[in-house]
Amino acid sequence: MIDVINLEKKFGDNNVLNGISIKIEKGDIVCVIGPSGSGKSTFLRCLNCMEDPTGGQIIFNGVDIADQKVDINIHRRNMGMVFQHFNLFNNKTVIENIMLAPIHVQCQDLKKAKKTNRLTKITNIFRKDKKELIPITTNKAEIQEKAKKQAISLLERIGLADKADVYPSTLSGGQKQRVAIVRSLAMNPDVILFDEPTSALDPEMVGEVLDLMKSLAREGMTMIIVTHEMGFAKEVANKVIFIDEGQILESASPDEFFNNPKNPRLKEFLSKVL
Amino acid sequence: MGNFEQKLEKFLEIFIDQNGYVKVLEGLKNTLIIAVLGLIIGILIGTLIATVRVIPKYKVLPRILNGFCSFYVGMFRGTPMVVQLLVFYYVMLPIMGVHMPSVQVAILVFGLNSGAYISEIMRSGILSVDGGQMEAGRAVGLSFGTTMIKIVIPQAVKNILPTLGNEFIALIKETSVVSFIGAADLYVAFNLIGSNSYEFMVPYLVMAVIYIILVLLISLGIKIMERSLRKSDRRN
Ligand SMILES: Nc1ncnc2c1ncn2[C@@H]1O[C@H](COP(=O)(O)OP(=O)(O)OP(=O)(O)O)[C@@H](O)[C@H]1O
Ligand SMILES: [Mg+2]
Repeated sequence: MIDVINLEKKFGDNNVLNGISIKIEKGDIVCVIGPSGSGKSTFLRCLNCMEDPTGGQIIFNGVDIADQKVDINIHRRNMGMVFQHFNLFNNKTVIENIMLAPIHVQCQDLKKAKKTNRLTKITNIFRKDKKELIPITTNKAEIQEKAKKQAISLLERIGLADKADVYPSTLSGGQKQRVAIVRSLAMNPDVILFDEPTSALDPEMVGEVLDLMKSLAREGMTMIIVTHEMGFAKEVANKVIFIDEGQILESASPDEFFNNPKNPRLKEFLSKVL
Repeated sequence: MGNFEQKLEKFLEIFIDQNGYVKVLEGLKNTLIIAVLGLIIGILIGTLIATVRVIPKYKVLPRILNGFCSFYVGMFRGTPMVVQLLVFYYVMLPIMGVHMPSVQVAILVFGLNSGAYISEIMRSGILSVDGGQMEAGRAVGLSFGTTMIKIVIPQAVKNILPTLGNEFIALIKETSVVSFIGAADLYVAFNLIGSNSYEFMVPYLVMAVIYIILVLLISLGIKIMERSLRKSDRRN
């Protein structure tokens, strides 16, 4: 589903990613591990072009999204992202946070379809074989209705239905992160990227977030997770990669990775953190 | 003090008996129209400029736009409001062959001028919003512009509301120069009353009081607005 080929990223003269290649299949759960400053976040942020790669390709559903000419906004709809600091929209209530993007992009698509149809109708006057109109089966009210239903069921899933109308600043860290996760779920993405989703949490809240991620994993969601939670990686991942100095030094099943590491630097790293 | 009573009597005679208050109300209306519409135009222009100035600058178009915006802001912050009014009214419009009532010119110039100041205020407001907000918007597939309008700018406005209020107060006070191009504001009205009675003490005193009341009312309005906007910050 995602085919990363020789990905490079430079910040000025600073080569942060030096040719990263990895294939990610549907349903994969890839944990990314490595020392601080090794380029893990940069790798993740390049995958959805939050940072524009300076070299290489990212083939996502058959399109090279590293190419600056593609409309990245369309592809980002299919690629959720969860941040270390949650980044819930502070000026929106919890339920608005979840509904905002689905409603906006669907209404945008609807508007675009209507515009195209209008143009087709006019040009059809001059055409011999008439062009077909795009069938329009929905309207704004229906889109909003559906998004609301979906948001409520997502909130019920994480047990926060009673918080629907409060602002994010009133939530605990764990609650914020769970809302952030379902916010990205609301777009029905093909893959979700997590950048240290539990690092900013108080220890007693880590569990609830990891549990939610585990339940996504069981449902077959494709996930790429930068994490320091080795136990979680061992339990949930089907592939663990070790990044250091902008390169993948080891990529293996969790069993191999933790019990039989090959790369000397990984061995050293594991001996320090385990 | 007998003297003062006499003056007050004279003022009241012109103000009420000879319908001087009509002029004052008209002046007050013009003062408020110029300041309010000027502020609204200023907020629109200022937000636009501030947005241009925070767009990442590795493409050519944003750079050109940014250069233009810097020029604009420099021009309007670098000259006094009176000069801008005079240049617009007596130089630019005649050259373009446009005739415009002086109140409209004043609204336009006040809008353009406050746009330059508000752009700086708005820019610092935008920069005060956590960068994660823009990232989160982009990550769910919203464009830069949509994220700006729906997420970043509302938060920026909340942060700068007190400063925007001060800008509004400054505009109200600065309207007292529009008489230079013949617009009838509060000052013109009271000046008229003064010259009719050859007595300026009371008219100007009343004028000062009206300005102070205006400013106090606006300050109160801002406080109320701030309080209601702070709802989204409240913790349990
Ligand atoms: N926007 C940026 N501009 C310049 N340099 C950057 C930028 N973002 C990251 N870097 C540099 O890239 C390198 C890798 O950073 P990155 O955040 O990817 O590391 P990381 O592996 O995620 O580390 P951590 O575990 O601390 O989060 C660092 O040297 C950092 O200084
Ligand atoms: Mg990081």
